[in-house]
Formats: sequence, C-alpha cells, structure tokens
Amino acid sequence: MAHSGRRDSPELPDFSLLKRLARDQLIYLLEQLPGKKDLFIEADLMSPLDRIANVSTLKQHEVDKLYKVEYKPIISTSDQVCFLIRPRIQTVKWICDVANADKAAGKFRRYKIIFTPQKFYACEAVLEEQGLFGDVTTDEWAFYLLPLDDDIISLELPEFFRDNFLAGDQRWVRTVGSALHLLHSIYGPFSKIYGIGRCAKMAYESWKEQVEEGDTKARQAEIGNAFLIDRDVDYITPLCSQVVYEGLVDDIFRIKCGCVEFGHDVTSSDKSVKVMLNSQDKVFSEIRNEHFSNVFSFLSQKARNLQTAYDKRRGMDIKQMKTFVSEELKGLKQEHRLLSLHIGACESIMKKKTKQDFQELLKTEHSLLEGFEIRECISFIEEHINRQVSMIESLRLLCLLSITENGLLPKDFRALKAQYLQSYGVDHLLTFANLRQLGLLVEQQPGETLTVMESKVGKLVNDKTAGKLTDAFSSLAKKSHFRALSRKLNLVPKSDEEYDLRVPRDMAYIFSGAYIPLSCKLIEQVLERDSWTGLEEVTKLLNGHEFAFTGSNGADLRAKSDAQRIILVMFLGGCTFSEISALRFLGRERGYKFIVVTTAITNSSRLIEALLGNKV
Amino acid sequence: MAFITANWNPLGEAFYRKTDLYEMSWNLQDGLRDSLVAAAPYGGPIAFLREPHRCSPSSRPLLEIYSSSGVQITSFPWKSGPVVQLGWTVSDELLCVQKDGTVLIYDLFGSFKRHFSLGQEVVQTQVLEAKVFHSPYGTGVAIVTGSYRFTLATNIDDLKLRRLPEVPGLHGKPSSWVVLTQDRQTKVLLSNGPELYILDNTSCTAVCPPGVSPLSGSIVHMSVSFSYKYLALFTDTGHLWLGPSHLQDELIKVDTKKMTTPKQMVWCRRPQSQQPSVVLLWDRLLLVAGVCRDTVQFPIEEPCVLVGELDGVRIISSTNQELLQEVPLVCQEIFKIASMAPGALLLEAHREYEKCSQKADEYLREIKEQSMLGESVRQCVEAAAHEYDTNTQKSLLRAASFGKCFLTDYSPDQFVSTCRELRVLNAVREAGVGLPLTHTQFKQMTLQVLIDRLVYRRLYPLAIEICRYLKIPDYQGVSRVLKHWASCKVQQKDLSDEAIARAVCVKVGDSPGVSYSHIAAKAYECGRPELAIKLLDFEARSGEQVPLLLKMKRSQLALSKAVESGDTDLVYTVVSYLKSEMNRGDFFMTLRNQPVALSLYRQFCKLQEQETLKDLYNQDDDHQELANYYVTASYREKQRLESRLSLLQSAVDEYNKAKNEFAAKATEDEMRLLRFQRKLDDEKGAGLLGLSLQATMEALLALGLHKQAEQLYRDFRVPDKRYWWLKLKSLAEKEEWEELEKFSKSKKSPIGYLAFVEVCIKCNNKYEAKKYVSKVTPEQKVKAHLAVSDLEGAADAAIERRNESEMVVVLSRCPASDRLLIERLNRARATAAKK
Repeated sequence: MAHSGRRDSPELPDFSLLKRLARDQLIYLLEQLPGKKDLFIEADLMSPLDRIANVSTLKQHEVDKLYKVEYKPIISTSDQVCFLIRPRIQTVKWICDVANADKAAGKFRRYKIIFTPQKFYACEAVLEEQGLFGDVTTDEWAFYLLPLDDDIISLELPEFFRDNFLAGDQRWVRTVGSALHLLHSIYGPFSKIYGIGRCAKMAYESWKEQVEEGDTKARQAEIGNAFLIDRDVDYITPLCSQVVYEGLVDDIFRIKCGCVEFGHDVTSSDKSVKVMLNSQDKVFSEIRNEHFSNVFSFLSQKARNLQTAYDKRRGMDIKQMKTFVSEELKGLKQEHRLLSLHIGACESIMKKKTKQDFQELLKTEHSLLEGFEIRECISFIEEHINRQVSMIESLRLLCLLSITENGLLPKDFRALKAQYLQSYGVDHLLTFANLRQLGLLVEQQPGETLTVMESKVGKLVNDKTAGKLTDAFSSLAKKSHFRALSRKLNLVPKSDEEYDLRVPRDMAYIFSGAYIPLSCKLIEQVLERDSWTGLEEVTKLLNGHEFAFTGSNGADLRAKSDAQRIILVMFLGGCTFSEISALRFLGRERGYKFIVVTTAITNSSRLIEALLGNKV
Repeated sequence: MAFITANWNPLGEAFYRKTDLYEMSWNLQDGLRDSLVAAAPYGGPIAFLREPHRCSPSSRPLLEIYSSSGVQITSFPWKSGPVVQLGWTVSDELLCVQKDGTVLIYDLFGSFKRHFSLGQEVVQTQVLEAKVFHSPYGTGVAIVTGSYRFTLATNIDDLKLRRLPEVPGLHGKPSSWVVLTQDRQTKVLLSNGPELYILDNTSCTAVCPPGVSPLSGSIVHMSVSFSYKYLALFTDTGHLWLGPSHLQDELIKVDTKKMTTPKQMVWCRRPQSQQPSVVLLWDRLLLVAGVCRDTVQFPIEEPCVLVGELDGVRIISSTNQELLQEVPLVCQEIFKIASMAPGALLLEAHREYEKCSQKADEYLREIKEQSMLGESVRQCVEAAAHEYDTNTQKSLLRAASFGKCFLTDYSPDQFVSTCRELRVLNAVREAGVGLPLTHTQFKQMTLQVLIDRLVYRRLYPLAIEICRYLKIPDYQGVSRVLKHWASCKVQQKDLSDEAIARAVCVKVGDSPGVSYSHIAAKAYECGRPELAIKLLDFEARSGEQVPLLLKMKRSQLALSKAVESGDTDLVYTVVSYLKSEMNRGDFFMTLRNQPVALSLYRQFCKLQEQETLKDLYNQDDDHQELANYYVTASYREKQRLESRLSLLQSAVDEYNKAKNEFAAKATEDEMRLLRFQRKLDDEKGAGLLGLSLQATMEALLALGLHKQAEQLYRDFRVPDKRYWWLKLKSLAEKEEWEELEKFSKSKKSPIGYLAFVEVCIKCNNKYEAKKYVSKVTPEQKVKAHLAVSDLEGAADAAIERRNESEMVVVLSRCPASDRLLIERLNRARATAAKK
C-alpha cells in the first residue's frame, strides 16, 4: 500500500509446523488413555486448542463429550475423564474435589490431567496432599507456542505478567526458556542473542541450559538474531491509546487468540460474527498497520475497486462469464464480505472515538509524552476520575502521568488517589500498592523536582539504598527516567513539523507521530549497532540487565544473509499490536522481517486489569 | 589351505569344527570334579563352588569366579547355607540358589548385592533342583521342591513368584525337566518316566510328541535350544528325539546306542543352521548327533563342561577351552577343498598375486566372467568375520580388499565395519580380557551390551578405547564408562576424599552426560558425605545438586542451589521439604534470605494458606503488606460487618505503623462509610453496604435522599466539582428540572455551565438546556450554542469574540441551505483575518 518498503525482504519460516507438532503430541496423549473419554478444557485454553485441533479431530481420538472447566460439580457419565488445564493450583484443587466427590458416591472413574505447557510440582503436591496421587494420572502437553499469524507467535500465558513482575514468581521463566528452546531447535541456531531485563536474562539462561543438555545438530538456520525484552523495560508504550487499526480493534473489541467477535453494531444484523484477523484476510492485512485516519479512505477506495470488478461482468459473453463465475466471483464475494465487516467496524470505532473526549484524551496523552501543560493534564485526569468515565482508563492515565513525570508530586499524588478511591472504592488501595510496587504509580521523593532529578539521573540509578527493600522485587519499584530516555533516544519527534500519517517517516506514526515506542526503538538501535555499545547510558537508565551473546555458529552463517535478516523478538510480559505494527514498519524500512513471540498479546486495559488489587 | 579344513568333521551336509579358544590359565587342583560350575553364555564368567555340600564350619567350600580364559577374578569362602545351583544373570551377576530357597546375588567381584527368597514353604520342603534361565523379560529362576512342586520367577529384578500346579502322579523327583519360554509365557516341561507334561500357570497337561512312544523308554534327559525353538529328549534306551519345542513335529530320532544318561546335553546350532545338532557329553565321550542321523564322536580325556551359545557350544575343561560349532556356510564355500565358489577363487587370486604370479589374473577373470566379483568380496569379508584365527582373518580381508579394487560401485561399508568389529573382537578375546565372543554373538548382544560387560569387569580403559575407536557418541559411550568408573572410584576406601575428588575431576572433566551429582550420590551411599559434597561442587547444573543435598540434610545449601538453578519446581520441592523439617521460625528466617523462594511460597500461601501469609508478613515486620493483607481479608468478610470493621481497624493500625498515613486515612474513611451505609441500610433499606463513596452518593440521590448525600459530601470532603457533576447528572436523569435549576443557582457552579447544557441535551431536553446557555462563560459560548443546535446564537457568539477557528467550526455545521448565515460568517471571518 502506501509504503512499499524494500523488495528484498526475506521469507518468513513456516510456523505451521509448530501447530502440527502440538497436535500430534496431543493426539498421542489422548491415545494414552484408550477408550471413550470426556474432556474438560480450561476456559482460556478453549481458543488456543481450537487453533490446534478441532472438535472432529478430538472425536476421532475417542473424546466423547467436551466440557469447559467451570469449577462446579461435573455431570459426565463417562468412566474416563480427562482434564486439559494450565498448571494452576486452583484448578487442580477443583479436580481433587471432583475425584473425592466421586469416591464418596462410590463411583469409579479414571482421571487424567494433561497440564499444558508443563506441570508444576506445586500442582502435584496438591494431588499428593489430597491423597489422590495414584488415582489421578498426570501428563504434560508441551504446547508452548501458538502461531497467531505468519509473524506472531504467542505463548498464551497472560498470567505471566502478573506472576512474574508483580508476585515475583519465576515459575514461567523456565517455560519461556523451553519455548525459546523449541524455536531454536526447529528454526535455529540463532547467530546472536540480545536482551534486556531481568527476566529476559533468566529466560536466556534457562534456554542455554536446555541447549546444553540436549545434543545439537547442525541445521540451516531460518532465524538470524533474537532479541528478548522484558515488559517492565517499557511500560509507556502499552499504556498509550492505540490508533493503528489492529491495535484499535483490540482496544475496542478485544481480539482473542487472533479472533475477534464483532457485535451487531458492526455487522448491522442481530447476530454477531467471529472473524479471524490475520494475513489470510486480504482486506485486513492491508489496513492492520495503518493509522486509523487512513483506514476509512482506503476502505472506500477498496469498495470502489470491488464495484469495478463486479461491473466487469457486464458485456461479457457466456464463456467469459463462466470463467468469471468459477475463478473470480468467489474471491470477490469473500472480499466483499470482509470489506463490509471492516467498514462496519470502522463506523463503530468512529462513533466511539471521534467524539470530543477521545480527541482530548489523545491530546492529554501527547502532552504527557512531550512533557508540557502538565497541570492541564492533571486537571483533565482529575475530571476523568470525577466523572467516572472509566475505572481502567483513569488508572491508565494516572500511570502514564507518573511514569512520564517520574512520579507525582505528593499533593497531587494524594489528591488523585483520594478521588479515585472515592470513585471506585477503597479496595483499590491494593491496586495502588501493586502499581507502586511496579513503579507505575509513585510519589516523587520530596524535594526532588523534575529538573533536579534529571541533573542527577546518572548518579541515582545505582542508588539502591533509598528505602529498605523488603524483598528483591521491590527493587523493581524503580524510578522511571522517561524524560531522559526520551531525549537520548529521540522518542518524541519535534511537534512543530507536520506529520503526514499517510507516508510515515518513522515508527512514531503508530502514535500519530507523537511518540516512538521505546521498546521498538531499543530494538532498532541495538540491531543497527549490532551490540549494546554506545547505549550504555540508556541501559543505565533502564536499570541495566542488558546482554548480548553470540550463538554457537555466529561466524559461519554470516553468508546466509537471508536468514540473518529474520529477527525474532520475544516480549516477556506481553506486547501490543501497535508495537508489532511498529516493528513491521521498521522491517520494511530496513529489509528485516520480524517475528514477534510474546507471552500474550496485551494492551492498556489488560495490563491494568492484571494489576487490580482486589483479584487474588 | 588344506590345514584349515583339518579339524572339520562332516555331519550330513555340514561340517563341524572345534576351535581352540584358550589354554586355561587357572590352576585347578581337582579339575572340575565335585564342583558346581556355572558359566555364562556370550563368553561370560565362570563360577565354581567346590564341594558344595560340605557345610561344616571348619572347612567351608570356596567360591571362585574366573573369566572365560581362566583368570581368577575373585574367590572367597562360602559362609551361607548349602547351594543347589549357581547361575549368571544377563548383567553378569552371580545367583546362588540355596537349599532353603534363598537366592543370593553377588556381583562379578564377589561382593554381596542382595538376596530374595523363593517362598516360605520352600524353607520346609527344600529345593531339590534349580535352574537359572534367560527370557525376554530378563533372568529367571525355576526350582522343584521337596514336595515335587515347581516354583518360577521369570524376572529376578521384578520378582513375582509363581507356584505352578501339581503334577498328577509325580511322587518323586522328575526324571528330567526344562524351562521353556514360548508365546511370552514361561512353562516347565518335565518327564516322569516315559510321560511328558507341560506345566503352565494354571494347568498341567500331558503331552505326547509324535514319534515318542512309551516303548522307547523313560525320558532321562532333555535339553532346549538357545532360542527355545528346539527340544531334545534322551531316553534310557539310548534313543535321542529331536524336534521343535512346540512338540507338534518330529525332526529325527537317533539311536545313540548309549544306555547311560549323558552328563550334559546341549543344542549346537547357529542362526540359519544347515544341520542342527545336539552335543551329548559322557565321561569319556563327546557325541554330536545331527538331524541327518549321522554322529561325530570325540574322545575326551578329562571332565569338562558344555556351555551352550547362540552359534555353538563351548567346551571347558580344566586345561583348555574349545568352541564347537557348525562351520558357517560361507566359510565352507571358501575353504572346502576344490571349492569353485567366487570367494574361494578370489582368495586364490590374491594368493597368486602376492606371489607375483600371472595366475592371479586368470582367477580374477574367471570370477569376472561369472560377474561374481562383488559376491566374492562379500564372501571373503563375511568369512573373515567368522574366523577366529587372526591370520586367516587377515588373508581373507586382504583378498577382499584386493577384489574390491576391480569394482567401481562397491560400497565399502561392510568391509570397513567388519574390519573395525574384528579389531574390537580380537581385543576382547585376548586372554587377559577373556571374552571369547564370536561375530554372530557380538551382533546379537550389540556393542552397547559389550561395553556394559567390559564396564562390569572394570575394564574401563579398554571400554573407552573401544568407544573412541568405534566413534560412539559420547553420551552412549565414553561418558557412560566414565560414570561407572567414577562410581567405582568413590568406593575405594584406601584413598582420601581429596585424592578421589581430584582424580574424578581430572578424568571426567566436563564430559557431556556425566552427572557429578550421580557420582556424589554414590559416594554418599558409601558413607562418604564429605566426598559427596566435594564432588557436588563440580556439578555445573545446580539443579542436579539439590536432591542429594536434601538427602544429606544440607537444606540451606539445597535451597540456595535450587534458587540458583532457576527451576521453580525445584525451589518448591525444597521449600515444602524445609516446611516439614524445620520449625516455623527457622523456616521463615531461611526463606527471608531467599527472596525467590519467599515469593514462591507466598504465591502458594495466597492460594492455600492465607493465615501463613499473615505470619510471614508479621515475621518480616512488613506492615504495609500486612495491612494490605487485612484489607484483602476484609473483602472476604462481606457478610459480617463487625469482623469486617475489625479487620479494617487492624489494617489502619498496620498502615500507621508503615507510616502510610494516606492509606490509613483512606481505610478509616472506608470504615466510617461502612458504618454510615449500615445505618442507612437499617433505616431505609437502601442496600448501600460495600458501595464506593461515589456510588453511595449516587444511590442516595437516586433515592431522593439529598440531605444524606449532602452530609457525605461534607463529611468526606468530596471535591465540589465531583459533587456538582454527580448531582447534575442525577437530577437530570430523574428529570427533576426545577430542582436542577434551583441547584444551579445555589452558588456559582464549580464545573461551569456548559456541563449543564450538555447533560440536559444528553437527557434530550433542549428546552432546559437553553436555560443555561446564557450562563456559560464567553469562551464556551459557541460550544454551548452548538450543543443546543442554535447556529445563529453560535455564529453571534463567534463573531462577537472575533475568533476565526470558532467561526470555522460553526461554518462546518451550517447546512448549505442557510446561505445567509454562511455569508455573514464568511464576512466576519474575512474581517477577523484582516486584523
């Protein structure tokens, strides 16, 4: 479309292999329990499972009935019951209840738990505690990676973010290591690995260990470099409102596992429609990375083209008509359907977003990023809270304010928090505690104004004596140095120039030209330099933990330049569609292809919801 | 080459030969007389127990273990009860079946490993006879007891005793019996006089194979072949019956004309045997009886023992050891006198070539004419594999190599692998090693097993050399050997911990697949914890160290190693272990130093043990978290207000201790609010409990309880703006327009009046909205007018303010029909632009 990019961009590896592997293993596991059986599936595994094996595949392997895990007594009549779950204590406890209830009723069944992607000792300990270790057999389904699209692979572990960054529970790190190992063993070997963040480092080490344990065969690499990045390196980007089409659809309709459900306001009929959003959708693939302001005009152009294509049939003779019907019509019909859906979605988005409030919201966000008219921003946020616009949005703005301003002034901090508690209840004290722990919403240390702060930024970074740290993870309650970073990396383009969103200059287009996502900028810089050299000050501001390692065969693969330009980026703690769009843009500009691997697709609401205090 | 065939004895179509294996290097005083002997197949070790029935304490029998070549491995006096039978397991362990039914297991070096019993009743009835047998499941033991009952164990490593049913009419020792493994079932075949019975798990069936008539006498000896496929029966009339072991057919009956019962009867055949035969041993005679009714007889001078092998019979006497086997077909073809087989011609050609004779060419031509050159090379290579004599091997391989030169597309694989394998076989056949394996046996037992056997014999250097020579991947080869070596090394009591640790480290280094923790575990088993710790230090993967450290009660160290490994499962294992081992205080203190473990445990507590969580925070004096804990807890007490309040009070106290005044204040407010809500709920049934302040006020206003709402507004110092918004919305929603107007005039609106306009419009009351337009500040006038869609007014306001951008906004809303207004605005714009 508007920007064509370099033509020599390399081909992406075929990730459908991952699906096949997962399916074969699942079938194998199901066959380990011969005979008819009922399958209980954890709710958040339903969609991922659907991408791997559909109902008829499961039925072929003697799955009789399918149920969703609902934490209620079960009504299955089968004498073999299989549970497909995430390794969560809560679910295992429920299964114990089921088994114990059957025992009490004198009913005998065979129980099998398939943990995916792996089992945890804690879960087995629950079985042991309940005296069911022998009655319930367990297995692992090593389903680590779900390819959502040609260039997006998800671990579908949204809890990774809260568990790892908030609770300091590192159990998923090994899972990420294994996922990386899987990718490495199929598509590797990687020639270089970069990373930043504590968790990224640990995941790297876990992976390294697994590589050393297994034996390695020399293969032709399909992926060149890998880049691991922790979500806590950059909280700003996911907290901003998304304005690229795919991100916007996610913000408004919530894309689940690569699939979105459009309600009746979009389909303009009474039933809702589920649509897969990926590169197979020809219309969507052209607009997904576009700034929203371009989308509508593009769609109308597309509609006109479609009409012309339909019109072609006028004046055709029978033979031409025959070929038209057999070859083109189906494609056109399909395109027609998709087009009308996306136009519907656009209308619905316009209705919601072109209102005055949204413009002001964006304006506030941009002011925060640029760092001026802060007082106006604060009053905007205050009014936002007062008028109870949205519980999540208000928190998001508060966090954005805190990070960009390196904490709130004590007066504002208290006032805003008090207002918020009045609006949404005191239980949010816990939310605030969580946000504080992550450094998302903090109070400025008294006496430190912004300018003073910036002048001694370098000195303060390693100053860990500030405040007694009750555990190592409070150290994550670090200071944000957004301003300094922004200046060093040139994250906020000069606002006096007009930014043409049709012809993006840089990655800032994904935020209407107001801000280049920090995460993507880091990746760009490191790839450009082929190392972290020259970025020392930046990494210092980001609390360090950066690393770069040359893989086993870094040198000899230089020649295979095609694979070298395929870059795997792994986000630990989730990434947004906007970031993916930005990376795609960067890829087009520089002749790279990025593969995004993430623990889950996130956005501002998911991020904040994960940190709400009143959920255990 | 006549001399190669010198020891060939024809038997029907085939030939049998005896090959010298070793001059036995042992020095047996009494020969093999009066001893229990057990020699394992596949060139396994030989065990002797002299005079097994002697059991007086003064002169105990001596148990000796030799390698196949007669090198003594160990010997020790037998101190346990009388032994009925000796036997070897597949993993070179010695089984000693005692009369009382106890089976003792020793390793190759005579150290006791374990024992098991064959059942209680055997203690009473005693074992009459025992047999050790090998089946696909492993090594088994079968006995017949004093009450003439059979008991079986098919795999001694997974002991399941099976007492077989009674045999009708058996009132004495069975005249002979064997164990058969057929169709994955183990059975006993026994004879009682002329009758034959098959005993399986459930039944005893009398059988009568074709050709065995009661007239031919009672069956006194029987033997089953190595593969359990064939059976031989010997009757007291000297008849020998040969047939398949399923007893449906008969191969042949031979009359040996020997009335005495042979000492041993062993099948002698090979895979693809041409002429299966049975070897019978009497005191002075060795007789080979083939299916062709022919026999070969060898006189013998001294007592010997036969050991059945896959492809022959080993004959061990006190001075030497021989292998009796059918000459493999390919060797026959090559070496048979006047053979014209391609292999034979090639061998001849090469011999002539070495003599620089042109005859070489003639022979070659002859082979080539038949286009059998490839075949001839194959024959030579194959024959070399079967030969025991290294010179013969060499000449055959040279001939093959010579022939290969004239072939363009011959794959060298077979040649190369045969050369390598022969080199290995020759090395293990050395008397010092004493594993007289044939190539066929080697192929059957596989290289892996051969290396295992070498390792059992502690021939580590040789094993490693073989692994390296055959380029076996380290995991299966060198590393495995090193692991065994190190495990053995740590048991050497005469060396200091330091020396052993160093020796192990130097040798093992960081070979892949060798786990130091495994070696350390061995050291710990041998009672050397210090050594174990030293060895653990070498373990690179900290995760591997943990289980042993726990076993050694080094729990603190285990915890830090587990944390280091980054494997949370491991951390959790240690944590739950510590939890049960330590008292609470110590446990918490330990966790406190390990943040990773602590947060893991906290996660667990959050789901499983809320109370423990509190104790944890208490121990740490973490007031902030403790307060948060109380707040969380208060939300679980939704129903009972009192406990909820007391929990919140605790939270307030903790927040105060944590110097978090803000949170303390907020919590106090919450308590106040809860009490207030409770009061109103009781008085008016308002259903407020648990709502946020905002929601409470909303609810109050919705219920028309303005006074109470006002009270909250004042008590909780709700910002004016919030309250005004709230009241505005609430009144508008309830369409209390008069009340709204009154409210708007109560004082100057802190939220301005545009809000009034907008809210009214939202509630679809343009009329009311218009009332407030005049009150709006000049800056917002245009917006207000536009909101009530009063374009004229908006235009007026914009023009009055001479604000161009506002004019543009108004213009954009003007319908094209309203030309008058558009013109007016455009004019104003023009003038505004001028200035």
